[in-house]
Amino acid sequence: MERLSSLDQLRAWHQRAQAALAEPRKVLALCSTGCRAVGSLEVADALEAEIDRRGLGDTVTVKRTGCHGFCEQGPIVVIRPERIFYAHVEPDDAAEIIGRTVLEGELIERLLFTDPATKQKIQREQDVPFYSKQTRVTLRYNGVIDPLVIEDYVALDGYVAMAKALSEMSPEQVIDEVREAGLRGRGGAGFPTGVKWGFCRKSPGDEKYLICNADEGLPGAFMDRSVLEGAPHAVIDGMIIAAYAIGASHGIIYVRAEYPIAVRTCRTALQQARDAGLLGKNILGTGFDFDIIVREGAGAYVCGEETALIASLEGERGMPRPRPPFPAQIGYKGKPTNINNVETLANVPPIILKGKDWYQSIGTQGSKGTKIFALVGKVKNRGLVEVPMGTTLREIVFDIGGGIPENREFKAVQMGGPSGGYVPAQFLDLPIDYDSVNEIGSVMVAGGIIVLDEDNCIVDITRFLAEFLHNESCGKCAPCRIGTRQTVDILTRICNGDGQEGDIERLECLANVMKNASLCGLGQAAPNPVLSSLDYFRDEYEEHIREKRCRASVCESLAGTLERFA
Amino acid sequence: MATLPEVAFGPAESILDKIEHDRRAAGGRITSDDLIPLLQEIQKAYGYLPLPVLMWVSERTGIPTSRMYAVITFYGQFYLEPHGKHTVTFCRGTSCHVRGGKKVLDMAKSLLGIDEGETTDDMLFSLETVACLGACAFSPVMVVDGKYYGKLTARRAERILRQLMQEESRKEH
Repeated sequence: MERLSSLDQLRAWHQRAQAALAEPRKVLALCSTGCRAVGSLEVADALEAEIDRRGLGDTVTVKRTGCHGFCEQGPIVVIRPERIFYAHVEPDDAAEIIGRTVLEGELIERLLFTDPATKQKIQREQDVPFYSKQTRVTLRYNGVIDPLVIEDYVALDGYVAMAKALSEMSPEQVIDEVREAGLRGRGGAGFPTGVKWGFCRKSPGDEKYLICNADEGLPGAFMDRSVLEGAPHAVIDGMIIAAYAIGASHGIIYVRAEYPIAVRTCRTALQQARDAGLLGKNILGTGFDFDIIVREGAGAYVCGEETALIASLEGERGMPRPRPPFPAQIGYKGKPTNINNVETLANVPPIILKGKDWYQSIGTQGSKGTKIFALVGKVKNRGLVEVPMGTTLREIVFDIGGGIPENREFKAVQMGGPSGGYVPAQFLDLPIDYDSVNEIGSVMVAGGIIVLDEDNCIVDITRFLAEFLHNESCGKCAPCRIGTRQTVDILTRICNGDGQEGDIERLECLANVMKNASLCGLGQAAPNPVLSSLDYFRDEYEEHIREKRCRASVCESLAGTLERFA
Repeated sequence: MATLPEVAFGPAESILDKIEHDRRAAGGRITSDDLIPLLQEIQKAYGYLPLPVLMWVSERTGIPTSRMYAVITFYGQFYLEPHGKHTVTFCRGTSCHVRGGKKVLDMAKSLLGIDEGETTDDMLFSLETVACLGACAFSPVMVVDGKYYGKLTARRAERILRQLMQEESRKEH
């Protein structure tokens, strides 16, 4: 396509893309990313073959979108404009979907979703409780647009926010808008984004870097993956705005190599944006220069930490260094550098477009906007959920998630990633936002919500998390290197039935040293699962140690609960 | 010192040429900033990081092999030994763990007769684990040669792997 050189040309493109979207067409939208694991690409191919066979190519299109969110029901086919919702679709269903539903307007009963609560068949996507209880801001493109078609994004106000920032606002105004909107970093720490941008803006230097942290290493989480794979242009849009605000001319998306689809999607999207003149020299004739490259991580969890990420970009072992100086002062290549998480950046365009007042109207006093959670583990409706900050865990796990499968009892959720903590049943009605979860100890608003039921052993999961952190400890500082090793050893012997009196106290002592003396967040937060599990499930540790019993019957060397063998 | 395996430098040469060309176009040269992408490309081309190639790259770029070794051994992605024809990767994320991922992995270990990080003697299978594949809603998950398999049980995973093993033994005869 021709390179856009002015704002008017972008506006005209936006109108053309919108007009194209308005043409009467049937669109069959399928997830082409996560649902691959259950055969969605084969379904898409079968649907396309059927469309070809019947010569319907002019009026019916298959759209390969990002993650729809309701992964449990995948592969999902949503037929627009009616938004007919078909679940667990197989390639053999293709002929019937095209023949009966698309051409005749008949619904195929067996493919409709059954609401487990009411046993009613549900016809439309918007009536599925999993979706109707969500508020989708950053995920609004997922399941709707083809991430590899830039026009799809442009048609839905894509890059309009960026154009508004570059043409109507000063960098300071952009920073103020984002700060006053109350956007806080979605990576876990919850630092106000506008304030962070301000630091980098004020930092002296004519060469500055903006890094998008897509090193989503938290096991059990795939929010960033889904945003990047579902709407890469939304992240690029946000990055351009951020770069303009801080005065950066170089951008880097640092993405995990374990996400090959995200890597490819980003590369394609960046080339499209470059070809359209949205990246590069003199963007849209505003005089602003900015370009973005993709760098793949190499498999190290600690590289999610800002200074370790920078070390990795510089071709070093990904080891953190003490702060200050903060990256905003001395970062990549020694230059002022601002690092934001994917979800944070994807929140920026809607803030600029709709304004801070709109954004402030969502969420709680101290935590504005929405938050995406990966809802996984022992829950009926596994998938990707976006809710306003302040939504309770009960609403997420039971209303949206449908509760625990097989009539099991809810035990806790593990959230905040491997260095997060547990939230037991007594806090189900706690509104989830940055401040409230901090109060119940060692939990962050990040990562997935991993639901645990009575068949999960808290000691076993804590040992699992401790082992992960031990493997990922970079070894630079002694408290983390040695502390994680000792923690794993003690937890392993407790699980093996060799736990000793005093082990709980030893774990607590180790935890305190690591918390206070480790160099970076990995070591400081590593004891969180141990401390949090001791807060709420100390009796399970005591049973393991004193009675040599695992009530969930998970730890194989220990006696279980008889009824579970019956 | 053990003799080094014979490997062709051609693929490494074209990788270096390309990066050098890009850097020169931007008015620079290859620096240690390029080390990780360079190693990633070499591993993509050779399937692993052969020592003779690394020594050759070191001479051409001036990046010491000791520096390369430091980086290679830090990151989980790099291997210094050749990998099997098929790579079976198991997700060891929290979601897979709470849904019985360990049992599926244990099955694969005993079926293939190797531990994680190892390759079978016939060089057909390598068994890998990763921290999280981000396919948590389908856990437990494994990836065989880039193809994702979700909602696994030990039995289903065994069927998939056995089929691949049978195909290989048919090819042999």
